[in-house]
Amino acid sequence: MWDFLAQGFAVALTPLNLGLAFLGALIGTLFGALPGIGPINGIAILMPLAYTMGLPAESSLILLAAIYTGSEYGGRMSSILLNVPGDAGAVFTTLDGNPLAKQGLAGPALGLSAVSSFIGATLAILGITLFAPLLARVAVMFGPAEFFALMVFAFASMSAMMGKDPLKTAIGAVLGVLVATIGVDSGTGVLRFTFGIPELYDGIDFIVLIIGLFAISEILLMLEHSHTSDDGGAMAPLGRVMVRLKEVLFCKWAILRSGLIGFVIGVLPGTGASVAGAVAYTTEKRLSDQKGTFGKGDMRGLSAPESANNAAAVGAFVPMLTLGIPGSGTTAVMLGALMLYNITPGPTMFTEHTAVAGGLIASLYLGNLMLLLLNLPLAGLFARVLTIPRWLLVPAIAILAFVGVFQLHSNLYAIFLMLIVGVMGYLLRKLGFSLAPIILGYVLGGLMEQNLRRALAISGGDSGILWQSGISIGLWIAAAMLIVLPWLLPWLWRKRNAASCSLSK
Amino acid sequence: MNINTGFRRWSALAVIGGMFMTGGAQAQSGTPECIAPAKPGGGYDLTCRLAAQGLQETGLIDQQMMVRYMPGGIGAVAYNHVIGVRPDDANLIVAASTGAAVNLALGKFGEYGVDDVRWLGALGADYGAIVVGADAPWQNLDELMQDLKSEPGEIVFGSGGTIGSQDWMKAALTAKAAGIKPKSLRYVAFEGGGAALAALLGDHIDVFTGDLAELKPRLADGDVRVLAALSEERVGGPFADIPTAKEQGYDVQWPIWRGYYVGPEVSDADYQAWVDKLKKLADSPKFAELRAARGLFPMARFGDSFDDYVKEQVGEFKALADEVGLTQ
Repeated sequence: MWDFLAQGFAVALTPLNLGLAFLGALIGTLFGALPGIGPINGIAILMPLAYTMGLPAESSLILLAAIYTGSEYGGRMSSILLNVPGDAGAVFTTLDGNPLAKQGLAGPALGLSAVSSFIGATLAILGITLFAPLLARVAVMFGPAEFFALMVFAFASMSAMMGKDPLKTAIGAVLGVLVATIGVDSGTGVLRFTFGIPELYDGIDFIVLIIGLFAISEILLMLEHSHTSDDGGAMAPLGRVMVRLKEVLFCKWAILRSGLIGFVIGVLPGTGASVAGAVAYTTEKRLSDQKGTFGKGDMRGLSAPESANNAAAVGAFVPMLTLGIPGSGTTAVMLGALMLYNITPGPTMFTEHTAVAGGLIASLYLGNLMLLLLNLPLAGLFARVLTIPRWLLVPAIAILAFVGVFQLHSNLYAIFLMLIVGVMGYLLRKLGFSLAPIILGYVLGGLMEQNLRRALAISGGDSGILWQSGISIGLWIAAAMLIVLPWLLPWLWRKRNAASCSLSK
Repeated sequence: MNINTGFRRWSALAVIGGMFMTGGAQAQSGTPECIAPAKPGGGYDLTCRLAAQGLQETGLIDQQMMVRYMPGGIGAVAYNHVIGVRPDDANLIVAASTGAAVNLALGKFGEYGVDDVRWLGALGADYGAIVVGADAPWQNLDELMQDLKSEPGEIVFGSGGTIGSQDWMKAALTAKAAGIKPKSLRYVAFEGGGAALAALLGDHIDVFTGDLAELKPRLADGDVRVLAALSEERVGGPFADIPTAKEQGYDVQWPIWRGYYVGPEVSDADYQAWVDKLKKLADSPKFAELRAARGLFPMARFGDSFDDYVKEQVGEFKALADEVGLTQ
């Protein structure tokens, strides 16, 4: 195995491949930072280019992998600075990242997210290096029933999001689930809530939804503020620039736990960075949010989704490389790239194409290091975005949002839809709703429904399938504990205290 | 994306700038364009790229063809867009496939039918395949069919599309060949062929009705067994050992063609120019390599012959949909 990795590093350390990894990291960061344009676009656009330039297979895969991991870094910038997720994986970065920026901690927040991303990704790369073939076997054991149990677990941990207004959180989540039902029903092919409009057949696209909900509503809020207050200038104070070691250490458990969660979710086929971010954030909030600081600028709430989405991005390579099954849309495109080179991924990948597999894994190590080194010093620079006056920033965000959505759909309907969603988002925010439960409902609810119905289609309607396997049972128990423990623990605690009190008498 | 010839020599960073030219490029005239009616990376993307790269490398077009994405309803959005907004745009071709024909037959393309565009031709095809796990009890198609006949409710089929999609059709036709009503089939729809294949590997489903090309990585490792190819005759190369359903006594065929159409008001001269280009492309040896690299098998049908083929196919699918009770 070490031979394999040594050979990989020999491939990755050639000047051409190092240069490509750096270029990819840079492009990926940019792609990720632009709202609406995520890794899949970057890769789909650059893949034919890499092929026509005549790059060897391992070099173009290194380039594409660097773009992919880079965009997970880039996605956090606009999330933190502007409350606008740069791509789907970065939605949960906004929840604590943006409040931190508003408190003048934009620089440290960017730095911390870079460090969290680095650690999460590194954990996942170690996971790939050591366990890839084994993990692939475990991943396919996750069938519809297991996915359903996983979603139940995720919703159970979401009860941690209830916060001070449980009713609004619940309404938000239900709203998200409802939005997810629009479009062709994934089981029967029946059109639901499409009103005969072909543009709605595929439902409301995730990117359109998040850009509308976050970017457009943010623009409207900014406009409202510049109308009612006359500061008009900088949006937030610019404090210190670098993240402190103490802050990273404060978040170490959040980063490690979330990296693990993200990696596992990334390895599962069909779930990607957005689900990983959702599960990691809600789990971390459940575990560590004793003082109710999550959502108000808690460093752990920022580092959890960042660590998780990068780990998930890397984890998605496992099913692609070992089984030839893409774990995400982006790895599906990369699979297509490999096929162009007549390389068919599968269990033989690691024995027959060691240069490609080893080179890719080695370049993931190097690419991540580059991204950390690239992103830490840039944090201060990017944080200056906040000093841009509103009259310049608002149109800039609007242009990026419009271009991003149009580039994805080549269609004005998508733009109108985004605007409608945006106005809804604005109204919801004015009414005191938080956007996170809506996104969670959308991401998890859609998966939950599809997998429940798949499981029941497999069993012929027998609900016993839902708790047949060890994995499902484990997840059900974990979900039950998430709901019961917060009530039980304080009770047990009081009881024990009472007992010790009576003993001391 | 507008990539002109000199562009490739520029640093890749310029690509980002290129992306923002998308909006402006619509106004340009003369740039050949292919709409992939899906998100990047899928089969439609592949279809457009095949034409773009092939026409460029064989010198049949002098400007690089732009590929634009217009996802929605397996092509429904693009179909409505072309007919409604750009019916006479001679520079525009749109990728289509058997999946689009199925949805046209089911009336899922809005108010428009198969006669509302001009079908250009197909440059390649893939074929359906019936796949089971390596430890499944069935060694050939007949054994599976016999079990299906005796206990139709015990065997779970799965693939990457909803009921009524082209992926489902493969399962439905297989059931029909066994004398089973497609409606009584236990069928599970996954999000794409990859997820369905994963479910087969994890023993969650018994039979996966997929496509041959996507199975290529699986042939070597012995995790799955391909019981039948749904092609007219055996396809060569790595698939030479896979028998067709027809030679096993069940006449089920499912070619998935990958072709193109143009708007309804494109002139006969412009239509013919495209047909000639595609014909020349299909004949070039360079193109054969490009097509094979994308896992597609030869298929060459152009002009009126293709137009008739698609219309006939949509008619057949309509009849089939009525028969299995899918028509709404």
